[in-house]
Amino acid sequence: MIEIKDLVVKYRHKEQETVALDRINLRIAAGDIYTFIGPSGCGKSTLLYVLSGILKEYTGKVTIDGHGIDPKTQRIGLILQNYGLLPWQNVYHNITLGIRIKNGQQVLDDYGQYILEQLGIESLLHRYPKELSGGQQQRVAIARAFILQPDLLLMDEPFSALDAINREELQDLFLRIWRENNVTTAFITHSVDEALYLGSKIVVFSAAPGRILEVVDNPCFRLDNLRFRDEYYDMCMQLRKILDKG
Amino acid sequence: MLASNKWQGALYSLVLVIIIWQVLSCLLKIPIIPSPATVFINIVDIFSSKVQIHLLYSLGRILGGIALSIFIGVPLGFLMGYFDKVDKLLSPLVYFTYPVPKIALLPIIMLLFGLGEASKLIMIVLIVIFQIIITSRDAVKGIPPEIFRSLQSLGANRLQVFKEVIIPASMADVLTATRLALGTAVSILFFTETFGTQYGMGYFIMDAWMRVNYLDMYAGIVILSLMGFLLFTIIDLQERRISSWR
Repeated sequence: MIEIKDLVVKYRHKEQETVALDRINLRIAAGDIYTFIGPSGCGKSTLLYVLSGILKEYTGKVTIDGHGIDPKTQRIGLILQNYGLLPWQNVYHNITLGIRIKNGQQVLDDYGQYILEQLGIESLLHRYPKELSGGQQQRVAIARAFILQPDLLLMDEPFSALDAINREELQDLFLRIWRENNVTTAFITHSVDEALYLGSKIVVFSAAPGRILEVVDNPCFRLDNLRFRDEYYDMCMQLRKILDKG
Repeated sequence: MLASNKWQGALYSLVLVIIIWQVLSCLLKIPIIPSPATVFINIVDIFSSKVQIHLLYSLGRILGGIALSIFIGVPLGFLMGYFDKVDKLLSPLVYFTYPVPKIALLPIIMLLFGLGEASKLIMIVLIVIFQIIITSRDAVKGIPPEIFRSLQSLGANRLQVFKEVIIPASMADVLTATRLALGTAVSILFFTETFGTQYGMGYFIMDAWMRVNYLDMYAGIVILSLMGFLLFTIIDLQERRISSWR
């Protein structure tokens, strides 16, 4: 479980102080997937950097399963919009980066092999990232995160650089693998559709300084053929209304 | 495609130089410009008996100088690129000494370190190292921050960051810098070998000149040039192998 209490993040630029996140309070239950949506610049990514242990200057309390955030002891899978792959390593070495650093493990185990097959990238192992399409690169990044078997999965607009067809395909693929593993996940998006499709709860942010406007239960999550249902359009309307008010 | 073009270019210039040389020697008919054929025959005649030992000395000095420069310069550049404090401390020093023509320091180096091998090595290091320091520093500074974020979120320690990111990201650039500095290094080598030694291609060429043995002198010049070309090619090939991810 992730607990965030009175989290405030301020950026200092020269003499000016900007509040990026203002008094965030949130609980993400273990094995749940939350999507975060809000206007750009609202501090969604800042929250992710706090959770991943990259940003350490904040006030308030953030814990994962009761412990303060420490990437050295916790297993955190991070998937970024621009994939975050190492361009000088081939797909195999990129995929095993997490387990190399965490377990000192050089070789992919059966579970890793299974994830590769699920993502359909087992034939790309010897390629370098520049030889892959955007969709393939993101599959590699997803594989790396899942193979790590993380306690917490953090995703920062991972599909927003992809075209619509690739995006929907990867969303489905991601959900399928996620359901088998049930990793606690924070997923940041700027798309109402994606927030509804992937989040069991949806956290709506205000424009800067980032505050939580509302945490919405998503009845659409786990429904089949979601995009063809009336519930989906009702929820879309509801989310847009909250966003507009903020 | 590119590689074969390069080889064709090298062959073309070699043939061109030999033709110009042949034409000049036919037109002028003076002993200080012997025909290429006689020089090449002379090389075959004297290589193992006279030239070999000098070539080995020169090769040893230049390889030693390059190795030492990489050994000292790369870690220094990495530290400057990674830690801003180190950069602020050392950069002014590097920038200030970079444009000083190092060959002018030869008398001081020889006074301090004697006429032997040490001062020859130090001169080569002085020429090559600055380029390597600056290149490796800039290579580290040029690594996109997202890449560091991925490793941070995995809880990688400094050693792992160097191994997975910093070294592979900058090795190709370091080799480019070495290759570019090589030309100057060979000239400096030639110059230092005319002092305080009886071995080395520099000594061999100057000695043949003093003894008015123009055939040997030309043989020495050709062999020294080939040595430079060979080193250049070896580094170039390594560079291409290492940077196949680009």
